[in-house]
Amino acid sequence: MSYLETQKLMKYFGDTHAVDKVDFQIGEGEVVALIGSNGAGKTSLVNLISGLLTPDSGQIIFRGQDVTKQPVQDRIKAGIARSFQIVNLFDELTVVDNVALSIFAREGKTRWFFKLADHDHGVWDEAHEILRRFGLDTKADQLAGGIAQGERKLLDVAVAYALKPRLLFLDEPTSGVSTREKAPIMDVITSIVRSQKITAVVIEHDMDIIFKYSERIVVMHQGSILASGSPEEIRANESVKDAVFGPTHA
Amino acid sequence: MSTIALSAPALRRSPVRIAVWAVPIAVILAVVPWVMDSYRTIQLAYGLIFAIAGLGFNILLGYTGLLSFGHAAYFGAGAYTVAFMVKYLHVQSMELFLLGTIAATLLVTALFGYVCVRYTRIFFSILTLALSQVLWSLAFKFFWVTGGTDGLRVPTPKLLGVVAESEDKIHFLSHAYYYYVLVVFVVAVGVMWLIVHSPFGKALQAIRDNETRARFVGIRIRRYRFVAFLVSGVFTGIAGALWVPLNGLVTPDALVWTFSGEIVFMSVLGGFRNFTGPIVGAVVYNYLKDFAVGFTVYWQSLMGVVLVVLVLTLPTGIVGTAKLLVATARRRRSQ
Repeated sequence: MSYLETQKLMKYFGDTHAVDKVDFQIGEGEVVALIGSNGAGKTSLVNLISGLLTPDSGQIIFRGQDVTKQPVQDRIKAGIARSFQIVNLFDELTVVDNVALSIFAREGKTRWFFKLADHDHGVWDEAHEILRRFGLDTKADQLAGGIAQGERKLLDVAVAYALKPRLLFLDEPTSGVSTREKAPIMDVITSIVRSQKITAVVIEHDMDIIFKYSERIVVMHQGSILASGSPEEIRANESVKDAVFGPTHA
Repeated sequence: MSTIALSAPALRRSPVRIAVWAVPIAVILAVVPWVMDSYRTIQLAYGLIFAIAGLGFNILLGYTGLLSFGHAAYFGAGAYTVAFMVKYLHVQSMELFLLGTIAATLLVTALFGYVCVRYTRIFFSILTLALSQVLWSLAFKFFWVTGGTDGLRVPTPKLLGVVAESEDKIHFLSHAYYYYVLVVFVVAVGVMWLIVHSPFGKALQAIRDNETRARFVGIRIRRYRFVAFLVSGVFTGIAGALWVPLNGLVTPDALVWTFSGEIVFMSVLGGFRNFTGPIVGAVVYNYLKDFAVGFTVYWQSLMGVVLVVLVLTLPTGIVGTAKLLVATARRRRSQ
């Protein structure tokens, strides 16, 4: 049985078939890349699985359980977390506060009224440890809104990672950062994901990044899945070349 | 996992550092009845009461990012609860007034909050304004219950079971009642400080900063907003209950939208992006209004000008500006 499976998942925006009867599977511990040209439906698919969008029809099965109608919070409890294409952070809180908040929420402590957050040393220690892993420990006390774009991208992933997800969606984790920064960011993210055996789906446009870091590639085109296979298989696939890379791609 | 020493926020909020400024202020407030005349002391009592309302208001605006234009409803609900308890239940105990007010404002805020927290931004503000006006019109029209524009009189209450009938009323209000208000104020500040610095308070700030991300760390947005709304309403209701014995009378003016505007003004004046801003704003506003009323019959115009100047020159309010100046001075000293 697949770790995550969508069955004939559909989402229309007017006449646009953003996600059109998509059957998508991923095995436990896999790191899968989701690629496709702009408007192919990658982010819509992730939005449906993570709960940001409600599907028009179809099913989402995660670890044998139908989560199609579950609210976001229940999916998070089940182990689904995500980062965002456009960074979503708590800009007026510090970097460490951003991560600590995820931990408080994960442990159900955000319901606590009469205990000082600062005195929960277990949470702060864990938050600092996560920042250290992501190379952000020196930025801990800066406001999240005031750090560099590459660091914000990493922090966005760190906030999702602090939820201890089983399945992590990374929506363009290197978009908007310089070419020089892309590989180091992906190195950090993939090493953490692999060391913790987290199942991950990475949406990315940079093909060098995709071929270097993913085990399997799923190609989307016009709301449907066009192909799925190893990086070598995808590189050799003629229809993928035409649809995604264009006829001039080597 | 490595052990990290206290994080920077924890150091900033160490009890010793807080005590350094909180204890002298508490001492000053405690000696006020002995060094200031009765009028000024009573005026300060009004300021402390409005500060409790400001604290309540600010958990919504400053911490949750929701601007309410209807907080007069909860202030008025508290005030009318006391008046109804006096008129219909013949209660005199201030402690029972406070308990009754907490119950009544919980009911009103639960009802209003259920509707309002489904919306944000201007829709939330307009809904709070509209619902508060409904309450005002009920108080205005059901005059056989509420006394209409004549209002309802509230006599001097019993404090901790002690009757103060033989005492001069001004002396009672400027001493025994002032200290009662001061104690409730200190408790309110302590409780609110704990709430906004708790994990719950952090969750509210997260919702204020980025609702989408807050959802995606597992925070149930509407539920947290609703609880913040309840806390906010109860604090404002308690302020209303404390205000009635000082004022001696409650009329529909305590529920009208312009009074909601005054609560907003107080928070903006002090600075709503910090904890102490609404407290400072409420006390200063009270003195400012008193000065303006004594200075000109067009005092509303004067207050309007003050608000415009304030927003243009001190957008972070008195406390926010003071903090900026202190930070700048420290930076210069260290260079």
